[in-house]
Amino acid sequence: MRNWLRTFLARNGVGLSVYMLGAVALWVIVMIVLPQLFMLDFSFRNNWQQIDPSRMGGPDDVYTMVNYHFLAFGSPNNPDPFNVVDVTVFFRTIIAAICVTLFDLALCYPIAYYLAQVARGGKARLLVLSLIIPFWVNELLRAFAFRILFGEEGTINAILMGIGILSDPIDFVREDVALYAGLGYAYILLMIFPIYNVIESLDKNQIEAARDLGSSWWRIHRRVVIPFAKPGITSGCTMVFMLSAGALAAPQILGGPSSLWFTQIIYQWFNTGSNWPRGSAYAIVLMLTCVLLVLILMKLFKVKIGEIGR
Amino acid sequence: MSADVQLDNVWVKFGDFVAVRDANLTIQGGEFFSFLGPSGCGKTTLLRAISGFQNPSTGRILIGGKDMSGIGPNRRPTALIFQNLALFPLMTVWENISFALEVKGMGKRARRKKADELLELVALPAQGDKMVSELSGGQKQRVAVARALCAEPEVLLLDEPLSALDLKLRQHMRTELRAIQQRAGITFIYITHDQGEALTMSDRVAVMRQGVVDQIGDGTTVYDHPETAFVASFVGENNSFTGTVTEMKDGLAYVQTECGPIRSRTSLAAPLKKGDNAVVFVRPESIHFCKDETRTDENGLVATLAHQEFEGHFWHLALKTESGHDIRMSVMNDGRSEVYEIGASVSVGFSTQGAIALAPGELAVD
Repeated sequence: MRNWLRTFLARNGVGLSVYMLGAVALWVIVMIVLPQLFMLDFSFRNNWQQIDPSRMGGPDDVYTMVNYHFLAFGSPNNPDPFNVVDVTVFFRTIIAAICVTLFDLALCYPIAYYLAQVARGGKARLLVLSLIIPFWVNELLRAFAFRILFGEEGTINAILMGIGILSDPIDFVREDVALYAGLGYAYILLMIFPIYNVIESLDKNQIEAARDLGSSWWRIHRRVVIPFAKPGITSGCTMVFMLSAGALAAPQILGGPSSLWFTQIIYQWFNTGSNWPRGSAYAIVLMLTCVLLVLILMKLFKVKIGEIGR
Repeated sequence: MSADVQLDNVWVKFGDFVAVRDANLTIQGGEFFSFLGPSGCGKTTLLRAISGFQNPSTGRILIGGKDMSGIGPNRRPTALIFQNLALFPLMTVWENISFALEVKGMGKRARRKKADELLELVALPAQGDKMVSELSGGQKQRVAVARALCAEPEVLLLDEPLSALDLKLRQHMRTELRAIQQRAGITFIYITHDQGEALTMSDRVAVMRQGVVDQIGDGTTVYDHPETAFVASFVGENNSFTGTVTEMKDGLAYVQTECGPIRSRTSLAAPLKKGDNAVVFVRPESIHFCKDETRTDENGLVATLAHQEFEGHFWHLALKTESGHDIRMSVMNDGRSEVYEIGASVSVGFSTQGAIALAPGELAVD
């Protein structure tokens, strides 16, 4: 460590070294480690509606599992065997996030492949631009635009009824179609670019070699392109899954009246409920579950964490 | 099984650019055939057209008498070895080799057996379980050959596969490839810009220039009896003397050049007549020092020695004539060769058979 520090200083000079180390330390400690630690600490505190503020920090303010217990079983006078609302929303959120991720993967892999291996020059640039430019529009505006698009009197219903496929409009917002479409669309770039990056570095000759040896297009993808693109696919899936499980704005705006996203419950505890310890506990459970699922995914696909960073 | 390959008026155009211009030739089944030419001459395009990755703009390609138009590369009886080999890095050696069988749905055990046989054929026994990245350059070469052969092609296409190897290995792989071709008994079509490779391995060579096939023939024909100025200047080294034909007699051309009159043989394929412009080509190894006696069939020149290089078996000398013309000359090192001083005036000569007069045309650039 001391040796490493010495060579680092020698290579970059004192000023730059201090700046770089300071910036990284600030980033890691202040922005990542400390907030998470505070959240973790909060989540084990007493529900502070049950404790007199004057006793906070005193001998009665001990670590407790009540917040986690509440997520699992609800309030003491809950007649159900578990906290039906919160647990259902939790699992529905996770499953929906997985579906959004799979949907994005199915949508983005062909686009990424086309961009990386097929499209040339101007056409490729045009396609990239048309992918990026919609994201210049504010996230909230985009969400509201989706409401207009998917609403009962929205564009899609108008078109479907216009060409006679539907006789009565479908409320896509109530059916959560708008929510999944909105979430899926919000993160397509995060899926496309990691996959694009990897596939772009795939030697075109390998695809041609497989083709020359008699392979069908399907097998070329299964045996040559996808194995090669695995780090990119894992990285894209991780990001899309994490972000859609943790999304707040899109569910707030596009979610149907009867469906909650788990983040909305967290938000309610923090904001309207003013119950930070409980919100923290919920958030920690969501985060740990997501991390665990990602680690399982990486294990399944035999991708190491270093490869994702490529 | 080997098939012949027939090109019928094949043109390949990219927009206004003509990559292959009216190629007409037949490659015999079981033949080792090379396309030789400088980079950008269209030889790779032609190879891609034969393998099916590039559709000819016009014309037909027949393999084994069967028209290949509309048949994709995966359904042609050809296998291509890429310049960079394009081995699959995430598969083991044996999986790479047996990929063509996997495509056909053959079971794992049978594939493994076939891969081991092929590894035997390319002299890499028991390397099947390695990853490609663990192999050396020459070994990768052999795996690429085995992978292509595993598809049991009737025609094997090779796109400069030896260019990445160092000289010694390249020379070794030439012999090896030739031997593999004879063992496998299939048609090999080989693309190269290296005339040494083309001459040593091939039954026949087609020399290409700017999309055009200039001459087809076996190695000695292309080297000793070039039909165009380009072939003469591209295949091997050659000195060129431009001039005008003053007389044609007994099949010999008398050409008045800037270095004086030269008598030389001509090419039957490109006849010259009196008054034509002509280029006379003389190989460096055809030139020798003249002693006192001068034979009647000899051309003679007087020049000064400008530079010399010793290459072991040869001395390479650069001469300058009085008219300022550069001449390259190679003298075999037989252990008795006299060494001349730089700047010495020397008298050199070459026989009429050592010189060939051709119609002027584009010359290869070194």
